[in-house]
Parts: sequence; C-alpha cells; structure tokens
Amino acid sequence: MTKIRVLPFLLASIPFLAICFSVPLWDRVYPLVLGLPFNMFWLIAWIPLTSLCMWGLYRLRMSDATGETSAKKDGSR
Amino acid sequence: MKPSAIALPIIFGIILVGAITGVYAGFRRKMNLEQWTVAGRGFGLILVWLLMAGEVYTTFAFLGASGWAYSRGGPTLYILAYLTLAYVLSFFVLPRIWEMGRRFSLHTQSDFFRQRYDSQLLASAVAVVGVLFIIPYLQLQLTGLGIIVQVASFDGISRSLSITIAFVIVAGFVLSSGIRAVAWVSVLKDSLMLLAAFILGIGVPYHYFGGIGSMYRSLVQTKAAHLTMPGSTAHMGHSWYISTVLLTAIGGFVWPHTFASIFTAKSGDTLRRNAVIMPLYNLTLPLLFFVGFSAILILPGLKNGDMALLLTVRQTFSPWLLGLIGGAGALTAMVPAAILILTAGTLFAKNFFRPLFAPSMSDDSVAKLAKLMVVVITGAAMYFAIYSSTTLVGLLLFAYSGIAQLAPGVALGLYWKRVTMPGVFAGLITGLGTGMILTFTRHDPVAGLNAGFIALCLNVLVTVAASLATAPQPDHFEEQVKSIAAAEAIP
Repeated sequence: MTKIRVLPFLLASIPFLAICFSVPLWDRVYPLVLGLPFNMFWLIAWIPLTSLCMWGLYRLRMSDATGETSAKKDGSR
Repeated sequence: MKPSAIALPIIFGIILVGAITGVYAGFRRKMNLEQWTVAGRGFGLILVWLLMAGEVYTTFAFLGASGWAYSRGGPTLYILAYLTLAYVLSFFVLPRIWEMGRRFSLHTQSDFFRQRYDSQLLASAVAVVGVLFIIPYLQLQLTGLGIIVQVASFDGISRSLSITIAFVIVAGFVLSSGIRAVAWVSVLKDSLMLLAAFILGIGVPYHYFGGIGSMYRSLVQTKAAHLTMPGSTAHMGHSWYISTVLLTAIGGFVWPHTFASIFTAKSGDTLRRNAVIMPLYNLTLPLLFFVGFSAILILPGLKNGDMALLLTVRQTFSPWLLGLIGGAGALTAMVPAAILILTAGTLFAKNFFRPLFAPSMSDDSVAKLAKLMVVVITGAAMYFAIYSSTTLVGLLLFAYSGIAQLAPGVALGLYWKRVTMPGVFAGLITGLGTGMILTFTRHDPVAGLNAGFIALCLNVLVTVAASLATAPQPDHFEEQVKSIAAAEAIP
C-alpha cells in the first residue's frame, strides 16, 4: 500500500523538479531550439509534459479508487 | 477618418456584445444568493474550465506578461512556470475543498475557514484579507483596461479618464449579471483572446523579422543577457525565480474567487480532470512573450512596458485590428474583474458584515449589500489605479504575497488533524506582517528571495508551532475531513 501512496507524490514532484528547482541548469540562451532560446523552449516543452504527469496521476487515482471500493465490497461480503 | 474613430467603436462594440451576452445569460434565471455566487453547483467540465481559464488568463497575461518580457526579460518566465505548477497542486487540494463545500453548503472561502476551524473571528479575518488583496488584482484589470482605451484613442483620452471609463464598464457589467453570466462571456473572451494571441505572437515577429526564430536571433546578437535571469533587473536571479514560482503556485489555489469557482463544479472529479487539461491552456502564453520581446527591437525605450504590446499593434496593423485586439483585451480585463468583484462583494457582505454587525440579515439583503459593495470596491481599485505606477506584474506579485498567507490554513486544514484555530491565526498574522513590512520598506526581494515567500515560510513555522502548543481540535478533523477523504476515494 505504501508504494501506491508514494507514487502520486513522485509523479507530482516531477514538474516541480523540471521547471522550478532545476532553473540554474536550463536558464540559458544556447542552444537555440526551434528558433527559441533554450530556457523558453524548456518551459514550453514542460507544459504538455506536465499535463502528461497529471494524466498519469489521474489514472493512478482512478485505478486506486476502484481498487479500494472493490476491496471494501470484498470486506463487507 | 481618424484612426481612433475606427478602433474605439470596435472595442466598445465588443464590450457591448460581451455585456449583452452576460445580461442575457443572467436574465433567464432568478438570482438568489446561491445562484448569483455558485450557480447552483451545476457546472460541468467545460464551464468550470472556462471559468477558471477566465480567471487565470487576465490582463495580467495579455499586457502584463508582454510588458515584463519587454522591460524585465528573463524573470518573466516565472509566469509560465507558476501557472503550470499551480494546477499540479490544485489536483490535491481543490477536490477536497469542493467536497467540504458540497457537504456543508459553503459559498465562500471564509465559510470554509468557519466550518473547518469553528471560529467566526478567523472566518471574518480571512474575509477581510481576501477583500484587501483582491483590490490590487482588480486594480491591475482596471489599469489594463485603461491602457487599452488610452492607446486605442491615440492618446485622445487621458489615462485617468480611461481608467474611469474602465470603472464604469466593469461595475456596470457585474451589476447586470452573476457568475453564470461570467462563464458564458468567458467563451467569447477566450475565443477572441486566442485569436489575438496567435495574430500577434506570430504576426508581429513575422512582419518585422520574418519569423519568431529570426526575431530571437536578432535579439540574441544585441541583448542576449535580457533573455536569461536576472534579465534587465538587478536582483531577480535564480533564487528569486524559485521562491516566486513556489509562492505564486501555492497562492494560486487560495484566491477567494478560486473557491467560488470550485463550488460551481458538479463534482470533485470535474476539478481533477480540469487539473489535467488546464496546463495546456498555458501554451498560448509564450505567444504574448514573443510580442514583448519583439517590441524591444521595434519600439525601444518605452517608459511603460505594459503599453508595449498595444503600441506595437498600433504601429504595425490597421486601426480595425487594433480595435479587435483592444476589444479582446477589454474582455480579458472585464471577465476576471467581474469574478473578483463578485467574490469580494459577497465576502464582505456575507462573511464580514452580517456575522459581525447584522446577524438577522436575510439572504436577499446580503445579496443587495454585496451589490452595493461592488461599487465601493471597484471605486477603491480605481482610486489606486489612477494614483499608482506599479507594473501590472508587480501588482499581482504584491497581491500574491498577501493572499498566499491563507494557504497554510487551507492545506494543513485539509491534510493535518493537529492544526488548530489559534495556530492558523498566529501564522496568518505573522505572514501578513512580515510580508507587508518587507514590501513597504522596499526589501523585496530580500537576500535574493521573494519577500512573500519568506513571509510564507515563517507563517508555516508559526502555524505548526502554535498548533502543537495549543489544545487539539480533533472533533473537527474526524467529523469533516476524514469523512470527506473517505467519500473522495469513491469516484
């Protein structure tokens, strides 16, 4: 059970690591990617990637919740 | 024909269409307090999405973000980061708040505090803090709307008259419609805003440089340092960025008006799915950054960066396009302003005035007082808008440094059973006191960190320490939060 509880917070911390705490690593102009300075490109790239993390979180919650309800049903039987 | 004679009528035409949409959407239902503030809790994914997008993508993004890209450079990137991260946090917090709201028929943020901590005093204090820090946020919208009118009139209408016109538009819009109306006008606003963002973000760099890449190449050659942190500022480096992103992402879910839109949702799951798709809306923000960066080369040396986007439009395109973009900008000011004012009016009447001064007041009289407060609060924001010269982003950062101090009471209240009313109260006062002292003595940023963030850290420390030092209030947690967490587990 503890594994399931840790995973959501791991998933949620990925965007924080990528676009907040790691700023010294990517706050640079070069290399220009798709014509954009690297910091701009990095942040834009992490918008859909954050959505992806959130989607993972959502799926995890859903399977978690249905797992719990079926566990409850089993218990009441 | 004078160019302003083309631009201004188009802007006012768009404002009128928005207002009529609002009045029409409001007319079809009888407006009691429940309808006016939370629309009967019946909004699905799309409407909540529109309402929340309407709140986030404001004049702040339209004129403020491009303005800071122009005047400050690199540090502006914090906006992209915090708006994205705020949704990550919202996933854990908003559905629980919604569940509390449904269970105990809560309308406002202050109701939430009263319910969780069983203290009218704390709830009223929270209402006052909410109203106080909504005012600079509202000031930002009025200033932005004023800039639009001023630029579109080709400076024929003065700054203070423009802001006064903005006041009349916004107050009139709110008084004629409730939150349901606001959500529908959001549809119009977001479509126009998207159109404007694409026209500008791609069109302006293309017109002058042949593309976004070429624009950046020219900028890198002359002003490369502007593009990274601290950009054209002295103290907004990486530690400022991290502390500001954390402060504003945390502050993002404790806005009183966010609570109001949470309560309009049909289910907690609506909010969770919202958190998955909302970050994608941010993909349009860089387009506005591109305009600000282009303007550095097109119109160097502007005193007020917040005017950079519109002045660039005025110089580049025909007056009717200036009108269209000005109209889109006007709606991006009006919709959030309406949401802010509705929230502040309700907070004042329902959570501050009635419980403290007139306990026997009926819901209908509360709704009337809330409408009267619309004029008072908007008037206060207008006064500050006319007499202040802070940048649009600066205004929002100030508002965040205050409002974020409510976050420990909300988050710990939802997740930690040991937190107590005196703890939250002590933390709130510490946080607000520290933040305001540092800001008004011009110590922001302090030691490279956002002053509001330092205040928030102290707030959390004091809240935790004082909670542990006072008698626990376990009943509340057991009764309320635990049952909610249990209900939450079943989709």
